[in-house]
Amino acid sequence: MTETLLKVQDLRKEFPTQHKEVLRAVDGVSLEVRRGETLGLVGETGCGKSTLARCMAHLYDVTSGSVWFNGTDLTRLSRREMRPLRREVQMIFQDPYGSLNPRRRVGSIIGDPFAIHGISSGQQRKRKVQELMELVGLNPEHYNRFPAEFSGGQRQRIGVARALALRPKLVICDEPVSALDVSIQAQIINLLADLQQEFDLTYVFISHDLSVVRHVSDRIAVMYLGKIVEVSPTEELFEQTRHPYTRALLSALPVSDPDTADSRERIILMGDIPSATNPPSGCRFHTRCPKARTECTVTEPPLEPVAAEHPEHETACLFPLRLGEDLSTAVPDLRAS
Amino acid sequence: MALLEVRDLRVSFDTPDGIVRAVRGLSFSVEPGRTLAVVGESGSGKSVATQTITGLTRGATITGSAYFEGTDLITADAATLRRLRGAEIAMIFQDPLSSLHPHYRIGWQIVEMIQAHDRQISKQAARRRAADLLTLVGIPRAAERLDDYPHQFSGGMRQRVMIAMAMALDPALLIADEPTTALDVTVQAQVLTVMRRLQEEFGTAIILITHDLGVVAEMADEVIVMYAGAAMEKAPRRDIFYRNHHPYTQGLLASLPAQNSLRLTPIPGTPPSLISLAEGCPFAARCPHVFDRCRVETPPLADVQGDPRHQSACWLNHDVTEAVAS
Repeated sequence: MTETLLKVQDLRKEFPTQHKEVLRAVDGVSLEVRRGETLGLVGETGCGKSTLARCMAHLYDVTSGSVWFNGTDLTRLSRREMRPLRREVQMIFQDPYGSLNPRRRVGSIIGDPFAIHGISSGQQRKRKVQELMELVGLNPEHYNRFPAEFSGGQRQRIGVARALALRPKLVICDEPVSALDVSIQAQIINLLADLQQEFDLTYVFISHDLSVVRHVSDRIAVMYLGKIVEVSPTEELFEQTRHPYTRALLSALPVSDPDTADSRERIILMGDIPSATNPPSGCRFHTRCPKARTECTVTEPPLEPVAAEHPEHETACLFPLRLGEDLSTAVPDLRAS
Repeated sequence: MALLEVRDLRVSFDTPDGIVRAVRGLSFSVEPGRTLAVVGESGSGKSVATQTITGLTRGATITGSAYFEGTDLITADAATLRRLRGAEIAMIFQDPLSSLHPHYRIGWQIVEMIQAHDRQISKQAARRRAADLLTLVGIPRAAERLDDYPHQFSGGMRQRVMIAMAMALDPALLIADEPTTALDVTVQAQVLTVMRRLQEEFGTAIILITHDLGVVAEMADEVIVMYAGAAMEKAPRRDIFYRNHHPYTQGLLASLPAQNSLRLTPIPGTPPSLISLAEGCPFAARCPHVFDRCRVETPPLADVQGDPRHQSACWLNHDVTEAVAS
């Protein structure tokens, strides 16, 4: 039995907009992260995946719902009560340029967590930082260099070292390799895999790149407009896709194989992602769904297991895809009944 | 005959840190109605090369030639380039927001562009043409949306507006520099479909600059793999993926996330500095097959197994062909 490390329950996070509207970035998400696993979180721009991640790390105050970490509801903690728990949950960000202060030396950037939490000082801290640098594949002699003296991939290693300084249990990686070239991307993905093994880390891995997420994740949750539409063990998500949005997302992913590219099913979704300030009624995907029915415009589908034999695979769709169902010829039927 | 014939293009920039040799002897040709993908990582020179051809690299030292329908674009005067750009050679870039003026309505911007190249056309006719173009790239209610400002369009729609503008004058060549990099995959699929459809309809040749091998596999006819300012391998699409020769091409493909392997195979190290590039193969320091000759002599592009459509700049290739020849 795998143990739950972090559990999100009916989480909502709203932001006020300039036009006095409410943007529902995360709108009722329940999800668990199990100890030792990598949970992939995918979706397109504005689907709320980064907001959800920041709520998990309690970088945002949530609007409602709870985030249980090791039996504590983080949303109820004060800043001071949260502080010791910050050691347990760390983040790695996308932009290795924007997330490192250009005026500070790398040694002091990586040493920050020790300083903030009052752990070790002087020569002892320097030794710890240099151990971390070595661990992530940086030359410890570069302790006194500035971020500008490192390449993008090396900077991301600095970000990884900083996140691991306090030996967290959960690391939330928000598009950690998206800004990197493929040959460098592979280096960082391997590094994260090695560190997970060595330190028993649990990862939440956010990316818009499904092929990367497929490679790193044990399970994947797919988000659309603030909600989870499908969650499943990785291979099952690809082999037995149930939600039409997931299928469309998979079919839109360019594959680096000409024969597959020429022969596979291609579903081109119409239109753009609707606004999160005014999401569509019923199922939020109905405005773009190739097999939407009238019912989809009124009834919001709950996230449920697809079948009793597959309790691990959940989807939020009134008319989930059957095995082998061809979506490329489907036509929406939205007649008033 | 080739539509565009680029020969031994060299581009360098004088910077405070030294001379950056961004493009180092690049040759290629584009045939009418075909798609040439130029693939490479950051700093490989893929964007600089095409920007130079269209006269957009200021302050650079440029040698070589780029013949487009009989005109050398490198030595052409500003007026000639201005006439060709837009009318014959159109360009779209990664970020459509910075290519559209935020203060002018979409329709005004397209009409202005059409009228700049066609002095005879009336404003009404140009406007009708603008609406037709937006319809062509799949923007619903196009006539109404002409009065919208760029910020009222989503990212994918802005890129389609850019494609509409690029196609407005029925150019012979479209240069698309990372056109879908800033877009989500479902929107990217829409934009690529539009590009493919327009190419079929108008017979436009496309130079597609990208770092995404998936996009290459879906769109390209021919492929150039660039590294450190030079072509490492040139081949038809299927050869690049299934019969590739150059260790860099192989390294790139091996770096991609694979489904059934626990570990990826990255290329070790980082690309060389383009300021202090030594003699020899630029990939030598990261190459798993490197031997002595690679470090002292730069390998030129040569046919792979006697096929002139498939070339690789690697001494291993030369050893093979020389062995075959003798």
